[in-house]
Amino acid sequence: MAGEKETAEAIVSDLQKKITEAFDVFDHENNQTVDVREIGTIIRSLGCCPTEGELHDMLAEVEEEEPTGYIRFEKFLPMMTKVLLERRYRPIPEDVLLRAFEVLDESKKGYLTKDELVKYMSEEGEPFTQEETEEMISAAVDPDRNVVLYKDYISAMIIED
Amino acid sequence: MGCGTSVKTENQTKKSEKAIKAAVLIQRWYRFYTARLEMRRRYTLSIFQSIEYAEEQAQLQLSNFFTFMMDHFAQMNGHGPDLISDIINCSREGQRKTMDYEMIEVPDTYDGPQISFPLTVSDTNILLHAFKQEKQLHARYVLQIFHETQNFLKQMPNVVHLSTSYSKEITICGDLHGKLDDLLLIFYKNGLPSPENPYLFNGDFVDRGKNSVEILIILFTFLLIYPNHFHLNRGNHEDPIMNMRYGFTKEIMQKYKIHGQKMVRLLEDIYSQLPLATIIDNQVLILHGGIADTTDLNLLTSFERSKVRGTSDNTTNFLFLHIKVVDILWSDPRKQNGCLPNSFRGGGCYFGPDVSAKLLEKYNLKMLVRSHECKQEGYEICHNGKVVTIFSASNYYEEGSNRGAYMKMGLGQTPRFVQYQASKGTRKLTLHQRVSAIEDSAFRALQEKIYAHRSDLMKAFKEHDHKETGKISISDWTSSMEAVLHLDLPWRTLRSRLARLSSDGTVEYNSCFEDLQIQQPNKEVQPSLVETLQRYRTDLELIFNIIDKDHSGLISTEEFRQTWKLFSSHLHIDIDDETIDDLAHSIDANKDGSIDFHEFLEAFRVVKRLDGK
Repeated sequence: MAGEKETAEAIVSDLQKKITEAFDVFDHENNQTVDVREIGTIIRSLGCCPTEGELHDMLAEVEEEEPTGYIRFEKFLPMMTKVLLERRYRPIPEDVLLRAFEVLDESKKGYLTKDELVKYMSEEGEPFTQEETEEMISAAVDPDRNVVLYKDYISAMIIED
Repeated sequence: MGCGTSVKTENQTKKSEKAIKAAVLIQRWYRFYTARLEMRRRYTLSIFQSIEYAEEQAQLQLSNFFTFMMDHFAQMNGHGPDLISDIINCSREGQRKTMDYEMIEVPDTYDGPQISFPLTVSDTNILLHAFKQEKQLHARYVLQIFHETQNFLKQMPNVVHLSTSYSKEITICGDLHGKLDDLLLIFYKNGLPSPENPYLFNGDFVDRGKNSVEILIILFTFLLIYPNHFHLNRGNHEDPIMNMRYGFTKEIMQKYKIHGQKMVRLLEDIYSQLPLATIIDNQVLILHGGIADTTDLNLLTSFERSKVRGTSDNTTNFLFLHIKVVDILWSDPRKQNGCLPNSFRGGGCYFGPDVSAKLLEKYNLKMLVRSHECKQEGYEICHNGKVVTIFSASNYYEEGSNRGAYMKMGLGQTPRFVQYQASKGTRKLTLHQRVSAIEDSAFRALQEKIYAHRSDLMKAFKEHDHKETGKISISDWTSSMEAVLHLDLPWRTLRSRLARLSSDGTVEYNSCFEDLQIQQPNKEVQPSLVETLQRYRTDLELIFNIIDKDHSGLISTEEFRQTWKLFSSHLHIDIDDETIDDLAHSIDANKDGSIDFHEFLEAFRVVKRLDGK
């Protein structure tokens, strides 16, 4: 039992060191705070894959009563530790991602046109900013055919990761 | 018909709900993907930055060592070793014959830009146009521009006072570091300098980039044409010793083989005559690095700045002033209050928000604008909005590493920042390609550092590994890296790229060195010496450059021996004379008594092992 407890403590302490390192990268003022707009990058870099909506809920949990635009480390650490221990917001497996592209490819062509992708990403769901859309297009669109061969795209992206 | 339609609508709703869900999933995945890349990019920048700082500290330490040696030996009235007096003579010489350029003929075959003196606006257009086409200005013209700049700067005060009441606004640019593309882009976006469009360049015009000469020519030309509307502050790279380390001297000697040496000497004088700070509208203080808690603007205004060269005079007063100037040129702001001297002797300091506030209040100023540090966005505001960093060299560490920016301000206006990124390729790289490129070169640099400290690291690792298993815990590994390398880095996160984990979750520490080797054909050299040579390669290169007065790349074996002795005493490395003699002997391959030290040092570069795993 004692051994198990020790291991659990070691896991928590290891997680917390990781969280601290990630937080520190964005703590520009070195005062244990980060800009609220950068919290998404920190959370995702720690291996969590929430939607924007879920991210919003996580933020609400750690924000001050009077929002200051900054998140304090002492509030962020326990929330993040809990999320990681409970293994919430797991990354999306390759096959699930592929199925999502197939849903958008209504006529089962095996590809999406550039316009289709732009329309879905910038108008539906949790819309991309223009910058996000352009960035995605630059890697996703096959320059010769001007379409998104999503199967190839996904496998390329998974390897990169 | 109602029935049919309603089924269809229901189907459509279901379909579009499914599509929205799919879109959300893809968006969620994509944001996850880019956030992780963004984190890697941040880590990469912190690697570049911490290595750069470590190098600059080594550089300062070395400069101080030279200052000390010269002071020390100068007191011996020339009875010191020849080497030292040679160096001193070298830097003192050359002030005399500055009118030489009139004797230089421009041959008929010269197809570079033709300019005429006194310089006018049309000459600046000719120069800009020619430099865009990568043409070179003839040495005769370069020397004349430098010479006139030298004469002009003599009458400038240390601290220049400016007013924006006529032009309404002034543009402030930070470090350019020989990156001509950035300068041209600034002029393109913001217009050429003129009385209506004044500029201030805040130091570090040269080194690192490929076009330091061209940048100086353009800046000096505008300075001569618009002396009241174009201004330059000195940076820490406006220093002859820095130029020997960071590439400008090499650039000059490659471009101007015959007259390069004259230019180097003239520049040494010009640097020492550059103003140290500028105050705009009695409100904003602009200088290259920063301040110390002892910085006194009145003192700064009154002393003779030309006395403070890269190398030295040997009076106490000089040393005192030298430290003041080093503070201005080398300091960085920090987040905590207080003023912490750089850990090495006399190397500027880290100043806190309280130090900034106190100085600004004392002189009734509103803001401090400085440069000196690369910022990812090209600028950064700190110290409660009172200190601004402006940095104008985009892609400073590597293509895609950072943006550049310039700043526009006028009386009673909030400063505005304009960001840009000079890009060479027409093909747009994906985010992943951009991050991977800078990441690779950052890890290469980091691995070189790691390899250069191999024996110290092994010692530290083994202290945690009493049973000699070759494995230590992640915490022990990170603390060893921190203790030995003194780089402020997130080692835990970087670990996956640097060392392998074994199946039980511990670090196999030998794997940090696994795929590296020193490219060293010379089997006669002792392994410990190899590591020392590798670690101090840039320091050694600098010392050789100083000794090699004609910049030929060759020094005598005797000079090599002296250098190495000097250097090992500086670093307190205990190497006996015999080892040094052996080393000198072994690298003089054709036994003609001279050593090509660039080649010699190149042999000690750490490379990725080709047959590595």
